[in-house]
Formats: sequence, C-alpha cells, structure tokens
Amino acid sequence: MPESRWRSLFRPTVAQVVVAALIGGLAFAIVVQVRHEDKDDYSGVRGDDLVELLKSLDAANERLSTQIDDLTATRDGLLNSTQRSASAERQAKERAEELAILAGTKGATGPGVEVVINDPDKDIDASALLDAVEKLRDGGAEAIAINGVARVVAQTYFLDDDDEIRVGGREIKRPYLIEAIGDSSTLAGAVRFPGGLIDGISTRGGTATVTEQDKVTITALADIKAPEYARPSS
Amino acid sequence: MIPVIGLAIGIVAGLLLEPTVPRDLQPYLPIAIVAALDAVIGALRALGERRFNDRVFVVSFISNVLIASFMVYLGDQLGVGSQLSTGVVVVLGIRIFANAAAIRRRIFHA
Repeated sequence: MPESRWRSLFRPTVAQVVVAALIGGLAFAIVVQVRHEDKDDYSGVRGDDLVELLKSLDAANERLSTQIDDLTATRDGLLNSTQRSASAERQAKERAEELAILAGTKGATGPGVEVVINDPDKDIDASALLDAVEKLRDGGAEAIAINGVARVVAQTYFLDDDDEIRVGGREIKRPYLIEAIGDSSTLAGAVRFPGGLIDGISTRGGTATVTEQDKVTITALADIKAPEYARPSS
Repeated sequence: MIPVIGLAIGIVAGLLLEPTVPRDLQPYLPIAIVAALDAVIGALRALGERRFNDRVFVVSFISNVLIASFMVYLGDQLGVGSQLSTGVVVVLGIRIFANAAAIRRRIFHA
C-alpha cells in the first residue's frame, strides 16, 4: 500500500492534480486575504459600509462636540467659582488680620508714639494708667502695649496690687512705657493738649514724656479666652 | 499527499508573492474563501466516511465559490450586500460546523 502511494505521488491522476490545485488556490487566497486585512485600509470596504461608517463617525463627532461644549462650560464655571472663592478667601484673611490686631492675638507695627510715665513717688495708680490709655484710645490708637509685655485690648483690666499695677494679669514695673500705634501726630496731640494725658499724670504727681515714632512694633500678645456665654447672633 | 503539497505551495506562494487583491474582487474574496472552506470540510468528512469522490469535490468547490460570490454580487446590486454576505457566511458557517461535528463524531466517537 505505501508503495502504491509513493507511486501515485510521481504519477498523479488528473483529478488529484485538480484537487491539489484547488486546495492550493484556497490556501493562496486565505494568505492573501489575511495579509490584506493586516494592512487595515478601507479600500476593500463596500460603499454602503463606508456610508454607515461615515454616519457613525459623524454621530460620534457630534456627540463629542456636545460633550466638549458641556465640559468647557463646566470648566469655565469652576474657574469662575474658584476665582470668586479665592477673592473671598483673600478678603476673609485681611479681615481676620485686622481683627487679630484688634483682639491682640497678633503683633502689630506702624507709626505711633511712645509715652514714658515716670512715677518716682508711686502716685500713679491703675485708674490713672487706665485714664492715660483711654486718652490714647481717644486719639485713635489702634494697638497699645504697656512696657512691652501687656497688650491692651477690650477685655484688659487694670488693677492695683501692692504698689504695683496689674494690666490684664501681668505685673508691670515703673517707669511705664506705653507704646501706641496710630496717627503719630494726632496721638501726640491727644497726649499733649491741656487736660490731656501729660496734664492728667502731672496732677497726680508723675511726669510723662511723649515721642513720635515712625515705626512702633508691638510684639506683646493678649491672652484671649474663648467667650463662654456670648455666641454670634447671626 | 498531493493535496497537502498543493496546500504548502499555495501558502508559500501567497507569502512570497504578496499580491494585492484586485479592487473588483475585494468584496468577494472573503465569502469565496468561506465557501471553499465549506467544500474542503465536506470533502474531509467524505474522506473519513470513505465515500470521497474527487469529481464531486471539484464541482462542489467551484460551484460553492461561484454561487457565494454571485450572491454577494447580487446583494451589492440590490443594495443589501452586507446583509446578504452576512447571511451567506452564517449558512456556510452552520454547514462547516455540522461537517466538523460529523468528523469529530467519527474520530472520537463523541
């Protein structure tokens, strides 16, 4: 049997050759088609399919354009709100800093005056010192510190204590140095005018001098405690 | 044996020559290939059942290819080319599966 097979290989019948040719043609066509598909162009696509393809591309294009519009609008809106919140944040920060100076939780610097009160006979008591501070406040002082240790704010109290004066709980020594930030000439005027700070001190037996400064730096901070009863009303 | 040599020659020729498919034949070649595959699988089944007839194979091969191509051509002319070629592929695919199942049953008895 194998012998006849080998013989048939060398003397094939016509039918065998035709079958071989057909199968060879099929293999050839498959290879050609597969390689053609690999090239991935549209030359082999039918007109109808091309139209469909074009339509779907158009639809996708339109969809994507609307999406782009939507997203652009969203982005613009977000950018706007970011800018708005940034400016709101800036304003809030400025306001917080102003309030911090007012509340004495931050150091402050600016033009102002230094008032030195000499009290050799220990005649100046807390109320006299408070008077002096009130005069400075009337003159528009925005930040006040005494002896560089006691920041004077709304809650600060003045207290006589064994020949010493306590300001907001801090003991301060003589001579008293009051630093005040504000319009220096107005402050100096408020200190000097008849019946003003200097007059008030001298009637009580002390002496006071005032110097205008281009730059007064207050680093003393007030001890703040959170309000226990008061709450924001709005 | 000779058909296997033909297969090898066809593959090698396709790889070496790298011909481009003529534009007019491009829609028909894939369908023709599927139709020819149907004929080949049918022939393999007949071979397994020892009733292979080369004349039947040649005729079925050529007629399959021609009819499939003609149907696609007709579909293109009628404006239903893609649907009709899908239909032809489905029918031929079913036949290929059926023949393959018969071959499988004969070989594996399963």
